[in-house]
Amino acid sequence: MGQPYLRLAAAALILAAFVLGTAAFLVWFERKLLGRMQVRPGPNRVGPGGLLQPVADILKLTVKEDILPEHADRPLFRLAPLMAFVPAFAAFVVLPFGPGLVSADLNIGLLWILAVSTVSVLALIAAGWASNSKYALLGGMRAAAQMISYEVPLVLSLIGVVLAAGSLRLGRIVAAQAHLWFAVPQVLGFIVYLIAATAESNRSPFDLPEGESELVAGFHTEYSGVRFAFFFLAEYSYVFLAAAIATLAFLGGWSGPFLPPVVWFLVKTYAVIFFIIWLRATLPRIRIDQLLSFGWKVLLPLSLVNIFLVGLFRFI
Amino acid sequence: MILFGILALLALVFAVFMVATRNAVHSALFLIGNFVILAILYITLGAEFLGLAQILVYAGAVMVLFLFVIAYLSAGTEASETGPALAWQLPLGIAAGVLSLGLLLWGTLGAVLTPTAAPPHFGSLAFLGRALFTTYLFPFEITAFLLLAALVGVVVLVRDER
Repeated sequence: MGQPYLRLAAAALILAAFVLGTAAFLVWFERKLLGRMQVRPGPNRVGPGGLLQPVADILKLTVKEDILPEHADRPLFRLAPLMAFVPAFAAFVVLPFGPGLVSADLNIGLLWILAVSTVSVLALIAAGWASNSKYALLGGMRAAAQMISYEVPLVLSLIGVVLAAGSLRLGRIVAAQAHLWFAVPQVLGFIVYLIAATAESNRSPFDLPEGESELVAGFHTEYSGVRFAFFFLAEYSYVFLAAAIATLAFLGGWSGPFLPPVVWFLVKTYAVIFFIIWLRATLPRIRIDQLLSFGWKVLLPLSLVNIFLVGLFRFI
Repeated sequence: MILFGILALLALVFAVFMVATRNAVHSALFLIGNFVILAILYITLGAEFLGLAQILVYAGAVMVLFLFVIAYLSAGTEASETGPALAWQLPLGIAAGVLSLGLLLWGTLGAVLTPTAAPPHFGSLAFLGRALFTTYLFPFEITAFLLLAALVGVVVLVRDER
């Protein structure tokens, strides 16, 4: 009776450690990469190659003063960072790192990730509204418009994968790519997914909700200390999640020769993360109207074409 | 059964707060809390797809749009500034509540009094899909058509007159 609960509790602890460690590592990875791409060394003072810089940052954030704006909606202001992080963490529960290496192998795993991660946008609106600041509110509103618009092509691009695999279980989706990665026949869906996922996780060039040149820091302008750290943690969790889904749904998941499956999974995921950071270093931020019309008038039709093609090939 | 009791109680608490609070944004968030509890109820009843679709569509999309409008319109106004409730709203609201309760009881009482076992895989994605595209194809398509018409209507209404 106690056994499954014990297993779940252990899995939750391991996942929590993994998410924290990954977020910290990603911060270093991104800063180092951006530095290299911009011909500067990046963090290099704390620890070997600056590797301990995120640890120092986390320490700093936890001891910083926690500021509550005077006219903020206090309960909501306190709740919003948790609302942002908890769904991100919950999504990790169904993520398979290798065959059988998953906390909970749901038969609708992919849908679970999509459904749970949509809750995060509510947190961004709540944070923007509760801060009672015009910059935060505008950032929250942009987040809402952006995530609603890019959710649609994101889900539709994955429907092609689900159609081809015949299942929403992530393990089955990986197994269906034993002979050919879905990125090859569904290259259109893959491209749409990458763009939409970058926008969903509010990454540059789609980081309008926090566009610092216009909105100070967007929805988390008024946040400091630990609460700010939670938003940060959620954002980096979503970067990893987006790359992990790209790996599982389009790049054959953990399958690959010689190396153990977990290594293959991480290598492919980090390759996608590298690409996402590369985008940030290369492209300037786009305008909100360009963003929305691009989502609805280009990505949405393209994802529909992808579904049509997949359906057509299944018939033939 | 204990789980159901807790969830049902939570759903009711969220629902009551949603109606009772004066703040429109809080109200919307309480409604989302209610939706999430409902989704968990669906999942405990074996309808995982329905539960997740509930979160994806209602909590993730419909309520985001609601919040978008409410947050924009209510920014900078205190809760007391929104004015007293219109007098005719209260009786009308009670009447609507009683009516929907009656409809619900009328529709489900028979099933509650003589419970029958659900068919195997009831609530699974395959079962739901088959039901939607065979038995309930006509109402399903009619709903889709209605939504499409509403969408086109909105686009026509807000179009620039040039």
